[in-house]
Order: sequence, then structure tokens, then C-alpha cells
Amino acid sequence: MTAFILARLMRAVAVLVFTVTLVFIVLRLTGDPAQQMLSDNAGPEALAAFNAKWGLDRSILEQYLYYVANVLRGDFGISFADGREVFTVVSERIPKTLIVTVSAFIVSILIGIPAGILAAMRRESAVDKGVMAAAVVGYSVPNFLLGLVFIFVFAVWLRVLPSSGSSTWSHAVLPIATFALFNAAAVARFMRSTLIDVLGQPYIAAARADGIPPWEIILRHALPNAAIPMVTTLGFVAGGLLGGSALIEPVFAWPGLGSGFVNATNTGDLPVVQAMIVLFTVFMVAINLTVDVLYAVLNPKIRKH
Amino acid sequence: MTAATSSRPLRSTAWAPFNRMPASIWLCCAWIAIVVIVGITAQWSAPYDYTHQDPLARFARPFVSTAHLLGTDYLGRDVVSNLLAATQTTLMIALLGSVICALLGTSLGLLAAHFGGWVDNAVMGFADAMAAVPFIIIALSVLALFGTSPLLFVFLVGLASWERYARLTRGLVISAKEEGYAEAARIVGVPSMRIYLRHMLPNIAGPLIVQFTVNFPEIILLESGLSFLGLGIQPPETSLGLMVADGRNYLAIAWWLAAFPGAVIVLTTLSISLLGDYLRDRLDARLR
Repeated sequence: MTAFILARLMRAVAVLVFTVTLVFIVLRLTGDPAQQMLSDNAGPEALAAFNAKWGLDRSILEQYLYYVANVLRGDFGISFADGREVFTVVSERIPKTLIVTVSAFIVSILIGIPAGILAAMRRESAVDKGVMAAAVVGYSVPNFLLGLVFIFVFAVWLRVLPSSGSSTWSHAVLPIATFALFNAAAVARFMRSTLIDVLGQPYIAAARADGIPPWEIILRHALPNAAIPMVTTLGFVAGGLLGGSALIEPVFAWPGLGSGFVNATNTGDLPVVQAMIVLFTVFMVAINLTVDVLYAVLNPKIRKH
Repeated sequence: MTAATSSRPLRSTAWAPFNRMPASIWLCCAWIAIVVIVGITAQWSAPYDYTHQDPLARFARPFVSTAHLLGTDYLGRDVVSNLLAATQTTLMIALLGSVICALLGTSLGLLAAHFGGWVDNAVMGFADAMAAVPFIIIALSVLALFGTSPLLFVFLVGLASWERYARLTRGLVISAKEEGYAEAARIVGVPSMRIYLRHMLPNIAGPLIVQFTVNFPEIILLESGLSFLGLGIQPPETSLGLMVADGRNYLAIAWWLAAFPGAVIVLTTLSISLLGDYLRDRLDARLR
């Protein structure tokens, strides 16, 4: 198992190096970095200082090493928008995004997994049809549109929740609900189909023939076997939450990473953009690595090696 | 099995999925047909030029006057005309994007299956990497680094989920290679290209068509999402996502500005998804 995890760790590092290199190459290809990275009214001494700091007067290889060293220290330069360190600008948005995505992830699991189990155990029941209908709607309604519907209903019409901002906990309710509703439907659908697959296996029929009560079959025999594919799916859901933050956070003016990335893209704030790309890659790599490790822990075939 | 299928008249085989179709699927087809007709005829069927402003008729409510059936926006522009033009743009981009995506993914999958070895590893490794990162993040990065232009946008949208076509085609081609007809064609000296295009493609087209119906609504959602964020279609051009973004600022006083384009997006993606699900069930049943 250690070898498996080490191999995955190596791959994670390789992906990060690849991303940082790609960002470096693209930034160098698309123009003079000093002019891109400093605002238009930067004076000649600012340009010279920038060139010295990033080693722009040296060879391309040395420039690359400088770039990597600065990225490793978390130094991405100065944001165009407000002249602050990119590191500060980006890192103060991290907890905001984590509050919403992690809560939404927990809520989706708490709703989705029981709903999926019920749907798989009682095929064609009201729960089953509800889960399938919700999943179809979840695929067809854009998440930003659902966010707007929520704003219209709860903020404009009923006036019970704020529509935008992040000053109190009540501001987080609508973004979390928008995220969670989508993902709960997806989790429930995958839980349902995975469990239906497992319940069709011969060892379940054998357990039934032995007279083991249905809830014990589900808890002791079916769920541990369904857990392995579910971990992969939950990894996708977690990644989807992170990607979805780019669409849902702007709807609620929630000052997280997603809306930060969109703002930086819209204003051409390249120092922030490159930091966001690296940060999102770090998050995705961390999620995929967690999935791999859980996979190794859950799957006896890998665990035994 | 093969003999039975080929001896059936072609017409009844082609129409088989449409026999005994449930009413809900007919409704989906009807909506798709309306959207397609709108997509083709928007220039001629729109009552006004969608950019035409009428400051005296701002925020006209929908279903009140026949002059502006779905109301007007904050500049007095007709919502019906805007909706028709926006549907056309969104549909065009989704269609171009889907075709690019299908061609790219299918060709790469074919290359991977044909050459195997390191080509296979490279294509599939790239596909895995693409699938591991939410596409919206990749799209934002590309738009931030290269700027927004219509051409780049269409290609970008076309890059979304090509890896699913690649994986599907690769699997289908590898299993089709094992079948008698491909082997027979190869033995009598038919060139590989001809085997793939003339003999294999018709046999593996079913799952690829189903993939197209899954992909198309996703591309509509991606296009409207990026346009909603202000990163896709730029004014004065219009698209459904852009209309929703415009209407968003007036939710409290003019709900119809966001509601109608939103409804068109949802109805269109829902119709195509349901039709795709239905086709998949029918095509799978025939394969069994």
C-alpha cells in the first residue's frame, strides 16, 4: 500500500510541476511579463525592480527557476486591482470558499446517501422516482439559474434571507443550499445505481438465502462493497463543488475563490489569475490524492500489497 | 442476430426508436423542433431588431400588449426579439462546439485504438487529466491568459469533455477489431482508414450519437455559464446566458428579464437529455 500511495504522491507532484511550468510558458509567450504584471502607470524604477526580482535579465532557464522559487514561497507578485500582495488577496478568500463548499459537501452526503439507499431498496417507490427526477432536473438547470431562483423566492419575494454578501451566517444559507441541492441529487443517483449493482451480486443472494435481515445485508454486506465506487464519485462531487464556486459565488457576491477567479479573469489581473490557477490545481490534486488513499485503504486488493 | 438485423427493411430499422414513443418524449421533440426552427429563422421571425431601443417603453410587463408580448428590458428592447437572437447564438455555439468535440474526441480515440502503445498512453493520460479538473476552471484559465474572442470561445467550448468521446471510441474500436467483419475486411486487403470509416463507424455510431445528446446540453450550460460570468459572448452580440446576467440586476422589479431566457435554457437542455435517455434505452434494448 505504501508503494501505491508513494506512486500517487509522485504523480501529484508531477501534475503541480507541469501546471506551474505551463503557466510560466504561457505568461512568457503572451508578452512582456513586466508590462503584464505591473499596471500601466508603473514607473521605470518599478519595472527595473520587477525585472531584478524575477530575474528577467537572465536566461530563460534561470527565469524559470526564479519563478518556481517565488511560487514555492507563495510570492505571486502584486494584484493590479488594489496593489496588495497576491498571497494576501487570495488567502483571505480561501476560508470563505471552504465554509460554503465543505458545508454543502456534508449536506449533500447527509441527504444524498440515505436517499440513494432508500431508492435502491424500494425500486419504483416515491423516493426512487423523486431521486431520479431530481437528478434529471439537476443536470438540466444551470446552477447559477437555481441561485437566481433562490434569490428571487427567499430574498425578493419572501424577504427572509439576504441575497448577497457574507457578513452574517444567514448570507451563507442560499449559496450552500444551491450547491447542496445539485450535489445531493447527483450523490443520491450514484448511490442508487452503485447499490443496485451490488445488490445483484451472488453473495447478496447467498446472504438473503441464509436468512440475514435486509438492513443487516445493506449495512454489513452491500455498503462496504459500494463504498469503493462511491469514494470515486464523491471525489468528483468535491471537484465539482470547487469548479461550481466560479459560477455560484458571483451570483451571491460571495467573496470566495470562485468569484475572485472570475473577477481577476474579467479585469485581466494576471498576478491573481496565475495564483488562482496554481491554487485550484493544488486543491484538485489534494482531492484526487485523498480519493486514491481512501481507495487504497478501502480496497483489500491494494491494501494487502 | 446480425443476419436478422440486416434483412430487416432499412426504413423500419431507422424508425424503430420512434415507434410507441411516450407523450413526454413527443413533447421534448416538439420543443426541440421549435428551438431549431427559431435557430434557423431568428433573423426573419423577430418582430424587432433585438438591439432596437425604445426608451418610452422601458420595463413593459409581459403578456400585456401584443407589441411586446414578453415585455421589454431596461432600455426598452423587445424581449421576444432578444430571446430569438439569443437562442440562435447559443444554439449555434453549442452545435459548433459539439461537432468540434465529437470530431476531436472520436479521432483521438481512434488514434489511440489504432496505434496502441505510447500513443494510447499519451491520449488516455491526457484524457484522465482533463476529466480530473472541472472544465470551468480550465476555461477560466484559458480565457484569462488568452483573452476573450468569439473564435477562441467556440473552440474552448468544443474542448469540454472530448475525453468521453475518446474513451468511448477507443473502447468500441478495440472491441470491434475483434469481430469477424473487421478481420475479414483486413484479410482481403481493405485499407485501415476505409475499414474504420466505412465498416466500423456505422456499427459503433449508436453509442456515439447517445454521447452527442449527453454532450449537447452540457455545452449549452457551459456556454450560458461563461456568458453569464461575462466571459463568453460579448455585447452587442446576445446569448441566453448573457440575457440571464442582464436580467439578474433587475430581479426585484422585472422578473421576466431573467425568467424567459432561463426557461428556454432549462426546457432545451431538459428536452435533449430526456430524448437522449430514451434513445439510449431503445438502442441498448436493440443491442441486447
